[in-house]
Amino acid sequence: MSARAGIGAGAAGLRKLLSTTAFRLSLVYLGIFALSIVLALGYVAWSAERIMTRGMVETIEAEIAELEQVWRRGGLRRLAGAVERRAQAPGASVYLFTTPQGQRITGNVVSVSPGTLDVPGERAIEYARLTAEDESGVAVHRALVRVFVLPGGFRLLVGRDMGERDRLVEAIWGAFGWSLLVLVVLGFLGGWLVSKRVLGRIEAMTATTKTIMAGDLSGRLGVSGSGDELDRLAQSLNAMLERIGELMEGMRQVSDNIAHDLKSPLARLRARADEALRTADSPDALRAALERTIEESDDLIRVFNALLMIARLEAGNAEAPLAEVDAAEIARGVGELYEAVAEEAGVPLELRIADALPLVGSRELLGQALANLIDNALKYASEAAPGAPVTLTAERVGENVVVSVRDRGPGIPADDRERVLERFVRLETARTRPGFGLGLSLVAAVARLHGGTLRLEDAEPGLRAVLVLPRARTRQKDPSTRIAVASSERLKRG
Amino acid sequence: MKILIVEDDREAAAFLAKGLREEGHAVDQAETGLDGYALAESGDYDILVVDRMLPKLDGLSLIRSLREQGVATPVLILSALGQVDDRVKGLRAGGDDYLPKPYAFSELLARIEVLARRGAAPAQAEPTSYRVADLELDRLARRVTRAGTEIELQPREFRLLEYLMKNAGRVVTRTMLLEHVWDYHFDPQTNVIDVHVSRLRAKVDKGFDQALIQTVRGAGYRLRGAGE
Repeated sequence: MSARAGIGAGAAGLRKLLSTTAFRLSLVYLGIFALSIVLALGYVAWSAERIMTRGMVETIEAEIAELEQVWRRGGLRRLAGAVERRAQAPGASVYLFTTPQGQRITGNVVSVSPGTLDVPGERAIEYARLTAEDESGVAVHRALVRVFVLPGGFRLLVGRDMGERDRLVEAIWGAFGWSLLVLVVLGFLGGWLVSKRVLGRIEAMTATTKTIMAGDLSGRLGVSGSGDELDRLAQSLNAMLERIGELMEGMRQVSDNIAHDLKSPLARLRARADEALRTADSPDALRAALERTIEESDDLIRVFNALLMIARLEAGNAEAPLAEVDAAEIARGVGELYEAVAEEAGVPLELRIADALPLVGSRELLGQALANLIDNALKYASEAAPGAPVTLTAERVGENVVVSVRDRGPGIPADDRERVLERFVRLETARTRPGFGLGLSLVAAVARLHGGTLRLEDAEPGLRAVLVLPRARTRQKDPSTRIAVASSERLKRG
Repeated sequence: MKILIVEDDREAAAFLAKGLREEGHAVDQAETGLDGYALAESGDYDILVVDRMLPKLDGLSLIRSLREQGVATPVLILSALGQVDDRVKGLRAGGDDYLPKPYAFSELLARIEVLARRGAAPAQAEPTSYRVADLELDRLARRVTRAGTEIELQPREFRLLEYLMKNAGRVVTRTMLLEHVWDYHFDPQTNVIDVHVSRLRAKVDKGFDQALIQTVRGAGYRLRGAGE
């Protein structure tokens, strides 16, 4: 049972191996190589045969020319003598001189296939030969011969033995067969090894992927270090995993923060209601408790609204009505809205706003962003020297509209400036103040929607929040490309 | 006033109807857009309160159809979506005001009353001046006097007082003031509006026995009515 299962598994593994791309590719290459070898060696064999045949024909013709001269000068008798002499020389050609009836007069041929001598011309024949060393020995050979019919019916056969040529051709075809065999074996073996190796790496990658899919995002694909395409694939996948991990971590942090930051006010809310229920003894006390409860609920609703808004802005599908707006008008309006509050708090609000700053954007969102920045600045301005102002500046810088809000409070340490733009991030120093750490995140999201950025700078003393907004922008769905487009446009013009 | 509530959330609708009845209004309810349309088509309501998400016929389509039928009853749209674009879409469909959920009942009530006034005198042009007790506001000359003495107001303070006087006797909420005087719909989070109102109050009421600008707890502000 287990043996059968083992065989089954082995067969499955082999099937898997045979179905790999690497193996199929090596089979295809093997086929192409085999065909090339067949063609190349076939051509060599064919050429060798042809060249040797031509050599034989030339030798035969030369012999015939000589024998013809002998015959012309001395007649049949001299011819017979010459044939006799030549036939006995070592390495001699094939000779046969016969009577018109086919009886052998002289030559080193014992017999030829019947009828050979009847027709003049050139052909390959089989014949029996007297070997030079041993007169009695007779062997059957193949030869290329030419047959002449002389005046009086005498026949002369001159030829070359084909043994040498046949052996050579045989050797070539033999080499041919062997190399083909070696090629096929090596090709299979190589293909198998390469496939096994590739398959091994792919299997390892698949296994890692499975553990990652199972939820362990820390897993990374192995990189062999050869820098081949599998390595590059693994590297890109690893980079992708890294990025996903970061995003997941960010998401996790955000949801952790949401849970934490919403839990505490809810707990407070509940405690207050609970306490009122237990201790409030007059309708007025109950009323007051309920009013506080509503206020706190409203705060929570604000948090949810802000979160939803950030999420929608970041998804890039906020269909906020983008139109030609005047950032100067918006800055003046929001500045004026907050001027009274600022003055009440003993903080002068300075407005340094250019005459007109047209740009494509959302008046509502930009207004809210500015309101958040001013609100923020006013919170910290109380820590500054008495009478130190908050300054709202709006001006044109190159192709951008730059709106900044500067306070003269404690500022934000350089290390924390990126972090405070994240959702729910509140510095320890801000814990005592009202707020949920969403204000700056919202401003940053509005900036991105407009193809711009929010930067926090050290104003020495204080913090300067700088909103850089491109004056013209193309509307795109994806926020990252939108920013890319905006910056490349800036580059082009600059 | 006769009010129709078109809202598929029964609990929310019951809560709303109860509150409005306590305020002395006659309230009808419909749970689907289609029922709402059938009732509203008659045109004998003073105000329609319409939820955006409704079964059978969504809120915006309902309003659009009514407007096409020539029904001009003022509509307050309620919506759980509550974002900038949702408001714009709602008003474009023919709604008159827009209130994101969750809302304070006082906010809804204040908006309904203001809408009803607008609905009652739709064709009438805005008067060129308002008068409440001894306070007078001349919209053309942009001049404000109280008991014959001129009061100097900043342009924004003028618009604030103008809005309060236009709705004299009715409660206006902070968000309504932000919307109509500053034309912003976001939530300013701090008491920016309160500070502006108290400044205005200092100019208008200071030194007079009768305070005209009143604070309504948990709701907003109210300029004393003409007959009070």
